[in-house]
Amino acid sequence: MARAVTPRRKLLLTASAWSVALLIFFPVLWTVLTSFKTEVSAVASPPQLFSADWTLENYAEVWQRSDYPRFFWNSVVLSVGSTLLGLVIAIPAAWSMAFVPGTRTRDLLMWMLSTKMMPAAAVLIPMYLIFQRTGLFDSRLGLVLALMLMNLPVIVWMLYTYFKEIPAEILEAARMDGANLWSEILYVLTPMAVPGIASTVLLNVILAWNEAFWTITLTTTKAAPLSAFIASFSAPQGLFYAKLSAASTMAIAPILILGWFSQKQLVRGLTFGAVK
Amino acid sequence: MATQSSRLAARLTLAPSVIVLFIWMIVPLALTIWFSFRIYRLLSPDRTGWAGFRNYVWFVNSPDFWLAISNTLLLVGGVLAITIVFGVLIALLIDQPVWGQGPLRILVISPFFVMPPVAASIWENLFMHPQNGMLASLALGVGLQPILFLENYPMSSVIFIVSWEWLPFATLILLTALQSLSSEQIEAAEMDGAGALSRFRYIVLPHLTRAITVVILIQTIFLLGIFGEIFTTTQGGPGSASTTLPYMIYKQAVIAKDIGRAAAGGIIAVILANIVAFFLMRSMGKNLDV
Repeated sequence: MARAVTPRRKLLLTASAWSVALLIFFPVLWTVLTSFKTEVSAVASPPQLFSADWTLENYAEVWQRSDYPRFFWNSVVLSVGSTLLGLVIAIPAAWSMAFVPGTRTRDLLMWMLSTKMMPAAAVLIPMYLIFQRTGLFDSRLGLVLALMLMNLPVIVWMLYTYFKEIPAEILEAARMDGANLWSEILYVLTPMAVPGIASTVLLNVILAWNEAFWTITLTTTKAAPLSAFIASFSAPQGLFYAKLSAASTMAIAPILILGWFSQKQLVRGLTFGAVK
Repeated sequence: MATQSSRLAARLTLAPSVIVLFIWMIVPLALTIWFSFRIYRLLSPDRTGWAGFRNYVWFVNSPDFWLAISNTLLLVGGVLAITIVFGVLIALLIDQPVWGQGPLRILVISPFFVMPPVAASIWENLFMHPQNGMLASLALGVGLQPILFLENYPMSSVIFIVSWEWLPFATLILLTALQSLSSEQIEAAEMDGAGALSRFRYIVLPHLTRAITVVILIQTIFLLGIFGEIFTTTQGGPGSASTTLPYMIYKQAVIAKDIGRAAAGGIIAVILANIVAFFLMRSMGKNLDV
């Protein structure tokens, strides 16, 4: 809706839009700023936006007190692993829904989405027992499977909406040329859907990275990702805002930066392809 | 192209997704149903046997039950209302001709990247803490008493925190939808003398229906299971003031260690989720045109 406006009006609109955006962003900014303060200036009243005594002490101490690299690596393995495994299973399903739709395709999609409505807390005990018995408890494999299954409906749904936009004639032409189903999906469909697949991967990596129920309840140490790392920091209350802020920044920074860089594709993905 | 071989291919390609999701859904569900009819207490392991419907009767009659149900619905409804109303307003503002739309978007989307335990602990400690929180300092600065957010207004505080987490999602989807609205339509309405409000009511809002549908559908799925934010901040309290159904089940299972009763609560939660899902899918499915 780009329309001509007077510079004065544009200035006013810009100022209000930036104020609102900064207000929404402020808690994140404040956390990052606090992480560089000393514990004393972190709780100074009135609050200081910038403090004179900058320090990296908090990061050093958090780094020493916990095995950050292991938590970080687990987060990477779980979010990327579950997303890639999900893609392998979801791409054929989405192909089928988009190009060989049946009368029940919509019901099937809705059913898949409805499996996400089951409150995780409701099935916590059975899951815990199953994971214990099968040796999947506190293993990366177990968590990769759990996160993959959690996000599979979202992956199928998103891929389906992207695949639907690809003309079926192109796939048919490939089939006429003698391509079998496997090469039709792998060499014709997938390359054409790369932007959609990229959006899907991004959103699901973020969802898996930020998942904080199964990753905390089904792990202890070996497979624990950053959500468990931060949970261990918020337990003891008291005057340690600067360290809490440093730990929080360390937990969210990787995905925040990834999100900022891929913002355009991500927004496309966020709408589940349902809003143009 | 519905030949017999393509039908078969469709079944084969769908099978892995459907089968794994079915197992993921049915096995824990079956176990939960089984436990819900058993006497199963971790603190008295020798007492076992059938409980009949006693676990359900206990759960439904416990004083927290209706509070937990209404808190759950309040949380979902409250967050939906806040994120959609403010999402529309903020999207309308950013969609105006302003400088720096790209950076603006980055600022607005940021809370979406913050994992729930971090979001909850930032708000609880850095902002809502009655002595050291920034909001308390601000209140003292203008001569007011600090508000005890999590003690006196636990549900509203939790709704506020969750709304902050989900506002970016709503805003960006609505913004994407707004940007596909043709300016000719708006200009034509303007020339016909339609005021700002009626332009919004008769052109912009109908155009946003589909986007709002998506926001409601996706958010409800995530909001029904909200747990981490309550666990980190209020622990369901004070008393049971901010206990939702998932949290009440968690308390039965992990704190009271009564698996039978927790399972009965789990089944009730699944039934509630299915009722919500049924109405949601029915009213929204057509709108989504999938």
